[in-house]
Amino acid sequence: MTIPTERPAMTFARLLRCFLTCVCLALPAAAQDAGVQVLLQTYSDQIAKPSRQTIQPVLDALTSSGIPTMPDFLEAWADKRVVQRDADGAFFYGKREGDTWVLQSVEDGADAGTAARRDVSELKPNAGVRRLIATALVQFQLNDPDPARRLAALDSLSRSPSAKLLGPLRASIEAEDVPAIRARKIALDRLIAVQFGTDVETRLAAIDWMSDQLSLEARAALNRLLATELIVGSPPENANVARVLSVGKDISQTDALALLAAADILPPDVSRADRDAALIAAIADEHVAGTPVATLNTEAARWTAYETLAIAGQAPPRPAQNAVATLLERNPITEIYDEPDPILTAAAAAALAEVEARVARAQAFDLALDALSLASIYFLAAIGLAITFGVMGVINMAHGEFIMMGAYTGYVVQQIIPDKTLSLMVALPLAFAVAAAAGVALERLVIRHLAHRPLETLLATFGISVALQQIVKNVFGTQAVPLTSPDWLAGAWVLNDVVGISYIRIGIFMLATMFLALLVYILRRTRLGLEVRAVTQNPGMAASLGIDPDRVGMATFALGSGIAGVAGVAIGLFAQVTSEMGAGYIVQSFMTVVVGGVGSVFGTLAGAGLIGGLQKGIEWLNPSNTLAAQTYMILFIILFIQFRPRGIVAQKGRFAQ
Amino acid sequence: MILRKPSVLIFLSALALVTIVTTLMAQAGLVSTSFVKLLGKTLCLAIAALAMDLVWGFTGILSLGHFAFFGIGGYAIGMWLMWDRTENIVMPSLTGGPLPPTPFQIEEAIGTQIFGVVGSSDVPWLWSLAGSLPLQLAAAVLVPGLIALIFGWLAFRSRVTGVYLSILTQAGTLALSLWLFQNDSGLRGNNGLSGLQNIPGLRDVAQSVVSLWFLWASAIALALAYLIAAWTVSGRFGSVLRGIRDDEARVRFLGYEVEHYKLAVFTGTAMVTGLAGALYYPQAGIVNPAEIAPIASIYLAVWVAIGGRGRLYGAVIGAAVVSLASSWFTGGGAPAINLGFYVIKWTDWWLVLLGFSFVLVTLFAPKGLGGLVDLWTGRRARGIGPLGPDQGSLRGKEEVA
Repeated sequence: MTIPTERPAMTFARLLRCFLTCVCLALPAAAQDAGVQVLLQTYSDQIAKPSRQTIQPVLDALTSSGIPTMPDFLEAWADKRVVQRDADGAFFYGKREGDTWVLQSVEDGADAGTAARRDVSELKPNAGVRRLIATALVQFQLNDPDPARRLAALDSLSRSPSAKLLGPLRASIEAEDVPAIRARKIALDRLIAVQFGTDVETRLAAIDWMSDQLSLEARAALNRLLATELIVGSPPENANVARVLSVGKDISQTDALALLAAADILPPDVSRADRDAALIAAIADEHVAGTPVATLNTEAARWTAYETLAIAGQAPPRPAQNAVATLLERNPITEIYDEPDPILTAAAAAALAEVEARVARAQAFDLALDALSLASIYFLAAIGLAITFGVMGVINMAHGEFIMMGAYTGYVVQQIIPDKTLSLMVALPLAFAVAAAAGVALERLVIRHLAHRPLETLLATFGISVALQQIVKNVFGTQAVPLTSPDWLAGAWVLNDVVGISYIRIGIFMLATMFLALLVYILRRTRLGLEVRAVTQNPGMAASLGIDPDRVGMATFALGSGIAGVAGVAIGLFAQVTSEMGAGYIVQSFMTVVVGGVGSVFGTLAGAGLIGGLQKGIEWLNPSNTLAAQTYMILFIILFIQFRPRGIVAQKGRFAQ
Repeated sequence: MILRKPSVLIFLSALALVTIVTTLMAQAGLVSTSFVKLLGKTLCLAIAALAMDLVWGFTGILSLGHFAFFGIGGYAIGMWLMWDRTENIVMPSLTGGPLPPTPFQIEEAIGTQIFGVVGSSDVPWLWSLAGSLPLQLAAAVLVPGLIALIFGWLAFRSRVTGVYLSILTQAGTLALSLWLFQNDSGLRGNNGLSGLQNIPGLRDVAQSVVSLWFLWASAIALALAYLIAAWTVSGRFGSVLRGIRDDEARVRFLGYEVEHYKLAVFTGTAMVTGLAGALYYPQAGIVNPAEIAPIASIYLAVWVAIGGRGRLYGAVIGAAVVSLASSWFTGGGAPAINLGFYVIKWTDWWLVLLGFSFVLVTLFAPKGLGGLVDLWTGRRARGIGPLGPDQGSLRGKEEVA
């Protein structure tokens, strides 16, 4: 339907273009005013029906025209906002409103009237053409006044780098006034220079610059430069040889044989399935190649029978096992750089080694930060246990459930107070109060009556722990409940591409430091602390000096359980809040206490540091398997206890023997 | 000699009575196969509780890891059960082919069947003996024994006692269960070993008959274990054990090698527990790492405490009562209580009841259910005295078996 109507229009457009060109030649002043349109008319056909193969010269001509509004046109073109009037072939920006097009001039966007839907054709460049237009646009956007668009241009440039844009990019660095974007431009300039630089000096300079970097992009660029392929036999004369592989060390024998087979030096290996298929196919009269089928019940017998078949030509031959070694020796496998210049590859290899060393250092630092935050969590979880153990001499198996109660307190508070920051401010002291109250109740109702019977206390508090877990499960359900952190705690503090730490973990570290300071202050500077230390060392003597051990016990229990409650809120912010969350921390907490030394704040700190560091360290050595990491850590701790049975900071007093 | 003790005689008679009555009722169709299995399993748990009582009630070592030995025994027997059954399954299809199967092919086929679930077909080295029942039975006893020997030697040598030892055993148990939870441990990760109730060679025998055989095997094993335990604690050895529990330092000063006694009890009970596990899991049908988790070992201690430490029948009573009550409550046997505003469903609240009843027993009846026997025999009154600074049990006048 449309084709017949279009043809006369096109011819008419050509006439008009000739006419317009004449006008332009006659009136140079008018050409300045109608610059874009005139230029477009020059390439009218290619622009109206662009193809990826032919459009590049047109784009080059358009971008090098120097007309200030050209980028707007290119953008509109790529966005499919350009229409061509069938009557005269003129291009306009078009906006469709029902059955009419509202047209705007391509020169300055001025209103150019309307046209009926039938009278104009939309320009629909395909995806390949649009990509080319976008690349052509990049050089304009690099100097765009809007920083966001400059960044977008850099992103698109880093996705599809090309040698052609190196010039505009470098030219735009000088005028760049936003430091971050300027740094990114410089980085991108070097990245492109490494790959597309025309002379060795430029590329060497770029490689040199990269050896100071840490970013993934820089590492990827260096790795790209160091890409290799494997060649069987002696390498070509001018090849840039990376190394000659030694079979068994650098490359497995199977892989090497496969390469040899691919190069037609060896027959391909025969798999067991192929062998069995060939044997089965050759069965005749209960025999295969003279061997009775019944005796083919070992692997060796089957291979022997297959060899016989192969010699008889009834099956493809197997690589002769005794010739493999000689063949491998005669056909060395060489790794060759795709980049022909050895100077460049050597420089890149050296730079990559330097970068990787720096990355390794940054990772070690990141690991240390991780270990520190894990240690803070363990410290918060275990310190309450440590001081109650020190003072009362009992192990509270329900300590983990105080952590859990704290987390659920946080959850309930969030249900009542929707504002996350405010609810956190309320939840922390409330969790302390709830857990402390539970601790005092436990102490008064159960633990006090089991004084001097530590093992029975352990089991009684275990009963409490089971009951509490199940009660919470019955009340709140078995599913994990959400405890959301406020927005200002949600992000992470990113130092560079390798090192980053989430704000929650920083917050937990600060919380742990705060409680450490508070506890040290209470124990060293207050009357209660004096009494606590006295009861820890010798309860009988302390009692005879007028200290009430019951009261001290209750106070320490309140304090220790309260801290567990606060730890629960903190842990709940990044881990799942379930009825079993406390049980997950209880064994780790015990280890922290036992390793650190019972009843000592600094011992617990040392224990938490050791266990946190150890766990992260083992996870780093074996990152795929955190379960194995925990197993090894526990085994290490069991061995550690052999050498320091009373922990790092051995306590003198009730439990010293 | 040991048979002259009235408690041993009464216990053995009661055990025989229960077994025979259950057998007769099962033959008459009065009790279900699942009940027979439950009873058989309970007797196996009672063996483990007996071992726990020797370690904790008599020697004062609160081991929070003995159930791990039970699980290891189960794994050892489970490996043979799975291997043999899988071999029976894959052999027909292999021998049906045109070529006779090679040993390599058989192993590959079994490996794919067993380890396909963890995405592997290689047979781990742990399974190299899995084809042989006597060797795996030996492993069910020797592996727990070896682990207990090494762990105990390390721990007792450096005089780790009391709660420290409890926590250490718990940590060891946690390490073992975490290791088993891995998929590449070679024991099928958290899937564990399953289908163990299908005993190879007994495929044509009905489960109702097999369950009775296992009930008898468990009863005989429990009787033997009880006799050995009673004999152990009756003589001089038993006196030394109780001495260690009540005052370890004093026994050491009297010239006894305390560590050797502790190590002997720890290792011996671990082996017995492993054997009990090997009897239990063919009845349970599945063993997985969750069975070995520290909480299971704590439950073992709970049974002994509820039954009454320091007396052998106490351990058996505790294991039987708690395990049977547990399956009654969680199996929906107990009627729900309607409070008007809330309906107490025992499947939800049984653990709460168990937890609190455990606290109550510890607080108010430290001698456990076994204390009721004292009440009945009238040997209660004469001064049990204060419970003293013990390492885990009653001091003084407890009954020896």
